Amino acid sequence: MADVAVATHAPAEHAGDDGHGHGASTGISNTKLAMWLFLGSECLLFGGLISTYLLYKNRIAEGSIGPKDVFDIPFTSASSFVLLMSSLTMVLALSAIQRGDERANRVWLLTTAVLGSIFIGGQIYEFTGFYREGLGYTTNIFGSAFYTLTGFHGVHVSIGIIMLMSLFVRSYRGHLHQAQAETVEIIGLYWHFVDVVWIVIFTIVYLIP
Amino acid sequence: MAIIEQPLAIGTGRAPEVRSPLGVFARPTAKGGWRSWVTTVDHKKIGIMYGAAGLVFFLVGGIEALLIRIQLARPDGSLLSAETYNQIYTMHGVTMIFLVAMPLGAAFSNYFIPLQVGARDVAFPRLNAFSFWCFLVGGLFLSSSWIFGGGADGGWFAYAPNTGVAYSPGHGMDFYALGLQITGIASLVGAINLITTVLNMRTKGMSLMRMPVLTWMLLVTQFLLLFAIPVITVALFLLTFDRRFGANFFRVEAGADPLLWQHLFWIFGHPEVYVLVLPAFGIVSEIIPTFSRKPIFGYSFMVGSGIAIGFMGWGVWAHHMFVSGIGPLSVTAFSLSTMFIAVPTGVKILNWLATMWGGRLRFEVPMLYAIAVPAMFTIGGLSGVTHSVSPADTQQTDTYYIVAHFHYVVFGGIIMAFYGGFYFWWPKIFGYKLDSKLGKVNFWLQLIGMNMTFGPMHILGLQGMSRRIDHYSPGFGFEFWNLIVSIGAFIIALSVASFLVNVVLSTVRYKRGLIPPAGPDPWDARSLEWMTASPVPEHNFDEEIEVRGLDEFWHRKYGYDKDHKVVRIATGEEVAHKGDNKNVHLPSPSYWPLVVALGLPLIGYGLIFNLLLTIPGAILLLGGVYGWVMEPPDDPNKAHGHDDHDDPSPGLALASVGAEEVGNG
Ligand code: HEM
Ligand SMILES: [Cu+2]
Repeated sequence: MADVAVATHAPAEHAGDDGHGHGASTGISNTKLAMWLFLGSECLLFGGLISTYLLYKNRIAEGSIGPKDVFDIPFTSASSFVLLMSSLTMVLALSAIQRGDERANRVWLLTTAVLGSIFIGGQIYEFTGFYREGLGYTTNIFGSAFYTLTGFHGVHVSIGIIMLMSLFVRSYRGHLHQAQAETVEIIGLYWHFVDVVWIVIFTIVYLIP
Repeated sequence: MAIIEQPLAIGTGRAPEVRSPLGVFARPTAKGGWRSWVTTVDHKKIGIMYGAAGLVFFLVGGIEALLIRIQLARPDGSLLSAETYNQIYTMHGVTMIFLVAMPLGAAFSNYFIPLQVGARDVAFPRLNAFSFWCFLVGGLFLSSSWIFGGGADGGWFAYAPNTGVAYSPGHGMDFYALGLQITGIASLVGAINLITTVLNMRTKGMSLMRMPVLTWMLLVTQFLLLFAIPVITVALFLLTFDRRFGANFFRVEAGADPLLWQHLFWIFGHPEVYVLVLPAFGIVSEIIPTFSRKPIFGYSFMVGSGIAIGFMGWGVWAHHMFVSGIGPLSVTAFSLSTMFIAVPTGVKILNWLATMWGGRLRFEVPMLYAIAVPAMFTIGGLSGVTHSVSPADTQQTDTYYIVAHFHYVVFGGIIMAFYGGFYFWWPKIFGYKLDSKLGKVNFWLQLIGMNMTFGPMHILGLQGMSRRIDHYSPGFGFEFWNLIVSIGAFIIALSVASFLVNVVLSTVRYKRGLIPPAGPDPWDARSLEWMTASPVPEHNFDEEIEVRGLDEFWHRKYGYDKDHKVVRIATGEEVAHKGDNKNVHLPSPSYWPLVVALGLPLIGYGLIFNLLLTIPGAILLLGGVYGWVMEPPDDPNKAHGHDDHDDPSPGLALASVGAEEVGNG
């Protein structure tokens, strides 16, 4: 297994600074540019979902269970804060690998993944609570819109956690060095994006009545 | 690739590092036969596969169109039941748009973007293969609905709540939603890949404003896809969740707003129209200058108007909804924006005319198509402007007038341009020209056929014949023109047949040595793809090209004498690369893009029929991703720290080959 990994290089692992210039006419490496483009596209995905939610949140029938009945703002604020902090640890992970400090990089990668997991755990806890209070996915239009929007975001965070853990494992096996700092940076871009989206969702869904 | 991998492996004296017992992590090496196609990551092979698949689906969509026309040729047609008719026209529209026009655009993008910017391949070759396989499995999945109980029946734009389980109880709409989701992944991944290629992989000196118009138009297309696909992704997810999991997004009784679907669909849908038409514009912009022997008139206006269309295309979507009750203010605003968007298109048409003006025209088959396109498109465009006048549109909408309008655009504008593109680039791709006599038959049948088919539809529409009706009664005055329309449709079918005959005949003749190889530059053309051998060798160019201006290739063939008259200084043959450089580093083929893509339709079937099926689907998907990540870079020497197998710019490829040689010594 380890042998296999020796020769392994994810496409993302494209060292932009290996002296060949890589024909990158923009000066941004291919993979980073691709990530930026992907995130641009993601903006419209979340834009569509958020618009749907905004359109539907108040369209529930009189007496049906709605946002006011289920939201626990202090709890979600806390888990949002955790997610926000994970952006900070992500920055620390990147700066560690850029300095060549692989141990610190691992520590911060792991911390970031753990913070993300706490957020996801919080979300699962929150959803179960809502469900017990009577808000299922099909209960009403608010339920459908709410779970779809936050669910999509949750899936994004989970994918981010998987990517962080893969980085962690690779570093642990000794395949993630200063020269591959850009890989960390690119996954960091994704992670920050997902965080920013959450800030928007949190504000729009939870805070604005 | 084999050519380079083996000598290096021997030369280093190291055993190839990764040969797992099962062999799955080694990269495939097949050079010929079906394996080389299934595992290919070569943008040219992928382009050809896109084209072939698009043509096959064109036959499918065409048969559906003929069924429609048989049904409507006479009053009270009884070939198809009303239910089947709904499925046939829906699947005709969906097939033609998503499985014909889009992949044909992708075919040209894949084949020509890297060549026209002088690159070795796209930025991410394996992702490119993945895009194609996604498209193919998505298209097959969508078409398989015919076997599993019937096609989608909600019209190609699938208005809610018509598409809910209550009104469309079969599985057709599920196939629609999931199938388009899969082809959507193909478009999105392709867009990211191709934008990166254009922005990052241009050869030396190839500034943005020296790129051929085709590449520019394709670039704008990819940006439109990048931002439009996620919107329909959302819409399709909501529809799937409604239908499969009982969500409430389009259930009006639960408070849903049916306009939500319409907005989401058309925010995607109108840019989509430009996704289809801009590649066609690009193709025409390559053909006309070549056969007019003049540079394109107003290059920067050509590019600028393409970009303008790219932006304005986002501001007109609600013109599809004038009668949906969106309110007078919105109607006025969208009415106006729609009138304005005609301007950049007009600019293009004038520029093409000006390019031809005073040129020494050669009426070869590609040129015939390239002249027909602006003519037909102008008709479609003008009837389009009549829709932008919303009071008039209120009369026209949902009649055959609309059907006439958009077929002048999609058939007269887009399909005709693709045909022109086939004739134009066939020698580049396959090494020989298609027969020009048969080509002219093909062209005239197509032109006459399409005008006979779609021209009278204007009249039928204004007489009040609704679209999407499975029959009409005698006595409304619809009989005569419907018959003409149906005859026209069969003339189109003849023309398509003549194209296929042409392909077969020319291929056979070429194989038997009856027609000569076309050589690198059969049309005396202008852009870089002609500056290498035909068919294009696997590595594209023998060496990195340095570009000094627009139409670089042409300027290497022509100079000025002392009276400033253009004189030929070299032939295309002399200037073009021979295509025999064997030392170019090429990305290795891979199985994994196909494996990952194969997981998707399984998940689709699982969501429709039995959730258990999603498990093998997910295993394929995840296993495929794992294999993808784990697979070795193309040659063992790459294993230490320098991985460029997904980044094959020519300069780099050559540089890294050089570096290896040094390293090995
Ligand atoms: C090959 C010649 C073609 C013929 C004879 C043909 C004929 C027709 C007819 C008669 C209809 C109206 C059906 C109805 O409303 O009941 C139709 C609808 C449509 N066609 Fe075509 N067509 C052709 C090619 C194309 C092409 C090349 C495209 C797109 C690239 C296309 C896209 C559509 C679409 C989107 C619809 C609307 C379907 C709907 O109402 O949902 N067609 N076609
Ligand atoms: Cu439109």
